[in-house]
Amino acid sequence: MKLTPILVGAFTLALATSASAQTLTIATVNNGDMVRMQALSPAFTEETGIELNWVVLEENTLRQNVTTDIATNGGQYDVMTIGTYEAPIWAKQGWLTPLDALSADAEYDVDDILPPIREGLSFEGKLYAAPFYGESSFIMYRKDLMEKAGLEMPEAPTWEFIGEAARAMTDRSADINGICLRGKAGWGENMAFLTAMSNSFGARWFDENWAPQFNTPEWKSTLDTYLSLMADAGPSGASSNGFNENLTLFQQGKCGMWIDATVAASFVTNPDDSTVADQVGFALAPDNGLGKRGNWLWAWSLAIPNSSQNKEAAEQFINWATNKDYLALVAEQEGWANVPPGTRTSLYENPDYQAAAPFAKMTLDSINAANPAEPTVQPVPYTGVQFVAIPEFAGIATNVGQLFSAALAGQISADDALAQAQDAATRDMTRAGYIK
Amino acid sequence: MARNVPASTRIGFTALAWIIALILFSPILWVLLTAFKTEAEAIANTPTFFPQNFTLENFGAVQARSDYIKHATNSIIVSVGSTLIGLVIGIPAAWAMAFAPTKRTKDVLMWMLSTKMMPAVGVLIPIYLIFRDLRLLDTVHGLTIIMTLINLPIIIWMLYTYFKEIPVDILEASRMDGAELWNEIVHVLVPMAVPGIASTLLLNVILAWNEAFWTITLTSGRAGTLTAFISSFSSPQGLFLAKLSAASLLAIAPILLMGWFSQKQLVRGLTFGAVK
Amino acid sequence: MATAQTRTLSRVMMAPAVIVLLIWMIVPLVMTLWFSFQNYSLINPMMTGFAGWANYVYVIGDPSFTQALVNTLILVGGVLAITVVGGVLLAMLLDQPIWGQGLLRIIVISPFFVMPPVAALIWKNGFMHPGYGMLGHLWKFFGLQPVDWFNQYPLFSVIVIVAWQWLPFATLILLTAIQSLSEEQREAAEMDGANALNRFRYIILPHMARAITIVILIQTIFLLGIFAEIRVTTGGGPGYASTNITFLVFRTGILSNDIGAGSAGGVVAVIIANIVAIFLMRAVGKNLDA
Repeated sequence: MKLTPILVGAFTLALATSASAQTLTIATVNNGDMVRMQALSPAFTEETGIELNWVVLEENTLRQNVTTDIATNGGQYDVMTIGTYEAPIWAKQGWLTPLDALSADAEYDVDDILPPIREGLSFEGKLYAAPFYGESSFIMYRKDLMEKAGLEMPEAPTWEFIGEAARAMTDRSADINGICLRGKAGWGENMAFLTAMSNSFGARWFDENWAPQFNTPEWKSTLDTYLSLMADAGPSGASSNGFNENLTLFQQGKCGMWIDATVAASFVTNPDDSTVADQVGFALAPDNGLGKRGNWLWAWSLAIPNSSQNKEAAEQFINWATNKDYLALVAEQEGWANVPPGTRTSLYENPDYQAAAPFAKMTLDSINAANPAEPTVQPVPYTGVQFVAIPEFAGIATNVGQLFSAALAGQISADDALAQAQDAATRDMTRAGYIK
Repeated sequence: MARNVPASTRIGFTALAWIIALILFSPILWVLLTAFKTEAEAIANTPTFFPQNFTLENFGAVQARSDYIKHATNSIIVSVGSTLIGLVIGIPAAWAMAFAPTKRTKDVLMWMLSTKMMPAVGVLIPIYLIFRDLRLLDTVHGLTIIMTLINLPIIIWMLYTYFKEIPVDILEASRMDGAELWNEIVHVLVPMAVPGIASTLLLNVILAWNEAFWTITLTSGRAGTLTAFISSFSSPQGLFLAKLSAASLLAIAPILLMGWFSQKQLVRGLTFGAVK
Repeated sequence: MATAQTRTLSRVMMAPAVIVLLIWMIVPLVMTLWFSFQNYSLINPMMTGFAGWANYVYVIGDPSFTQALVNTLILVGGVLAITVVGGVLLAMLLDQPIWGQGLLRIIVISPFFVMPPVAALIWKNGFMHPGYGMLGHLWKFFGLQPVDWFNQYPLFSVIVIVAWQWLPFATLILLTAIQSLSEEQREAAEMDGANALNRFRYIILPHMARAITIVILIQTIFLLGIFAEIRVTTGGGPGYASTNITFLVFRTGILSNDIGAGSAGGVVAVIIANIVAIFLMRAVGKNLDA
C-alpha cells in the first residue's frame, strides 16, 4: 500500500486547514447572480482579510441542507441564502440574527430597499435577511411571433387575451409553442406559478379557518384554464419543465410567451445565450378583471443563523454583497444589465440601468404590484403571494404540486387532482393542528 | 479459448458485441464530447457529433466556481481511507468466519448484510444529530467513518467468500509443520488472498466514491466530495449542458481511469464465491 | 477441527467488525424508533411530546403509500430482470471468440463507475428530454414524435437508468462464471451432440446459478434504496408514478421536515426491506451455501 503515506499526509492537511481563524462558510444557490458574487468575492477578502468558504448548491439540495442545519443548530454555516418564505418563519423561531448593525448603517441605507421586499424579509419590524436579488413574475413574449399572429400585446393583458394569443402563435410544425409555463412539481416550481395565477382567479389556499379551498370553483377554473392552455399551446413534456427548461426553450425560440420570474429578462435578452434576444417584449402578468394579477414576489436573501460563531464578520459580508457599491462593482465589471435586480429603489432611478435594462420599469411595476399581505381577492389568514408563510406549506405544496403535475401529464383528471389535493392538504393541516 | 469457429460467425459476434457495447457506452461518450463543445453547440437543434469549435472553456468555468482539486482530494481520502479501514476491520472477521465457521456464521453474515438495508433517508436526522454533537459535521474523517460503516458488510462478505475458496488443507499442513500462526497468515494465506483483497478494495473504493447521499448532506464547504461538486452544477438557471458535462467528466474521470486500468484485478476477485 | 483456542481467537478477530456494525445498527435504529413515536417537526417547535402510533398511521395512510410499495417492487424487479437476462446474454456474447475482447470489456464495464447523480443527469439532459435529448433527435430523425420519457413512462425511465448502471456489474460476475466453465465440460457437451439451446439450458445455466444468485442478492440490497436517480429525474412524479418507499420517506421526513413521520417511514422501510430479504433468502438462498 504505497498510498498510505500520501493518505495520512492528506488527512493531516485536511484537518489542519479546517482550523484557520476568520473564515466564513457561505451557503448559496447556484443561480447566475450568486455565481457572479462568488467570482467577485476575492475583493471582499482583500478588503477585510476574511476568508470565504463557498458552498454553492442546487436549490433543492441547498434548501434541505440549510434547513437541517439551522433546525438542529448544526452550526455549519455563517451566511445562508434563503427566500422570502423562510425569512419570517425562521425569524419567528428565533433561528436568525437580526441585521441591526446593517439597518443602522446610514451608508447601507436600508430605506432604499424596495418596500414590498423589505416587508417580506422583516419580522416584528426588524430586518432578518438582506435581499441579494428580488423578483416578481411577468410575461415575456416574442414580438415577431405576436405580429405574425396579427395581435398586439397590451401592457396589462387578461387571461382571455393570453389564451387567444397563445393558441394563435402556436405552430407545431415549426416547433413553436404559444406559451411555456412551469409544470415541474415543487412548491417553488409549478406551485409558485399556479398559486400566483390562482390569486388572479380569486382563489385562495385556505379560508379564515385554515380550511383548504381546492374544492372551490375558483381553483377549478384556475386549473382548467392552465391545463387547456398547456394542452393547446404548451410544449411537449411540460410537466417536467421548471424555470430552467422553459428558459432554454424560450432562448431556442420555441416559445411564443413565457410567464415567469422577472430575473429571466436579462437572460432572454442576452445575445450570447439567446437566439431571440432582439425580439423579446414584456408585459405585466395577466389578470381576470378581479383586481389581482398573477404575479409573485420573491427575494433571494442573505441571513445569519444564530448558530454562527462569526456573526460580526458575517454581517460585514452581507453588507458588502447587498450594498449599493456591490451593484456598482458588478456594473463596472459586467455591465449594468447584469447587476442583481429587484432590491433597491436607487437602482431603478439610475439612468444607466434604465438604459441598459429595457425591462427595468416593468420589473419594478411587477414587484410593486405584489401585495403579500393581501395576496388574493378574498380575505386570507396568511401572508405570501405565491406561498403561504407557514412552516408546513413547503411540504403540503410539494404534495399538491405533484398532483397538478400529474394532471398536466394527463395521468389524472383536473377534478381528481383537485379532490386529492383537497384531501392531502386537509390531512396535513389537521396533523399540524390548524384544523381542530 | 481457442475454439474453432468459422470467420463469418466470428465477424458476426464481434459486430454484435461492439454495437451493444457502444450503445451502453454512448451516455459516457456524450459527456466526453459535450464537455468540449460551446454551450450553443451543446443544445443546437441539429446535434453535432464531434465538437465543431473545440473548447476548454467549460473546464475553466467549472474550476473558477468550484475547486475541483479540493473535492477530488476529499473523494480520494474518503473512498480509499474508508476502504482501508474497512479492510483492517474486515479481514480478521472474514478470516475467522471462513476458517473457523460455526453454526451461526451464516446468520452473522446475513445480519451484517441486512444493516445495509436501512434506508439512509430514514436515519438522516439521528446521524446528523450525532455528528453535530461529536463535531463531525463537514469533516473528512466523519465522512470516512460513515463510508466505512456503510461498506463494511460488503467488504466482509466479499472477503469471506474469497477466503472460503482457499483450500483449508494447505493451512492444516502448514500448521503441522509447526509454523507460527503469524507465519501461516503471512506466507500462506496472504499470497493466496491478495487477489481477493485487491478486488474488494477496488469495488469498495468505487462504491464509496459514488455514494451520493451522506456525502452531500453531511458536508458543507470543507469536506465536500465530488458528489457535492456535481450537485452545484445540476440545474442552475439556464441549462449549461456543456459545463455540466465538463463537471461530470471531471467527477467520473478519476474512478473511470482507475477502473479501466485495474479492471483485471477487479474482475479476478469479483466472484463472491460464485465460481467453483 | 475447531479447538477451543481457535474458537476464542476467531471471536477476537470478529469482535471489532461485529461491535462496530452492532453500534451502527442499533444506535440509529433506536433513535429512529424513538423519534417515530414523538411529535417532532424540524420547522415547527410547537410539535412536541409522545405521539403514540400517530406517525405510523400518518405514513401508512399516505395516499401514495400503496403505490410507493408497488413501485419499489417493480423497480427492484424490473432492474433485476433487465440486468440478469441482459447480463447472461451479454456475458455469453463476450465469451465468444471476438476481436477486441479486452477493450470491449473495459467499455462495457464503464457505466458502473459513473456516480448515480451524474448518471441521472446525463440521461435526463442528454438523452431523455424530448426537446434536446439525443433520443428525441433520434426519434425525429426517423420521423417520429419524440417520446417524453419522464412523463409518459416515469418508472420505466428510472428503471432504464438504474439498469444501465448495474448491467456491467451483472455482466462481469456472470462472465467470470461462464469462463470458469472448464473446456472439458464444454467439449463433452459438444460431443454429446447437444444443440446450443440444450447446452445453455443444461450446462451453462446451472453452472451460473450461483453467480445469478449473488447478482440478485447484491443488487437487491442497493436497489431497495434507489434515491438519487429519482430525485434528479422525476422527483417521484408525475403524481406518485415514480415514488418508491425511500422517496416517500424522503418526502415526508426531509421535504416536509417532519422527523416523527419520516422516522416512522424509515422503520416501515426497514421492515419492508427485511421482508424482501427473507423472501429472497428463501427463494435463492439454496444456491448460497454460505
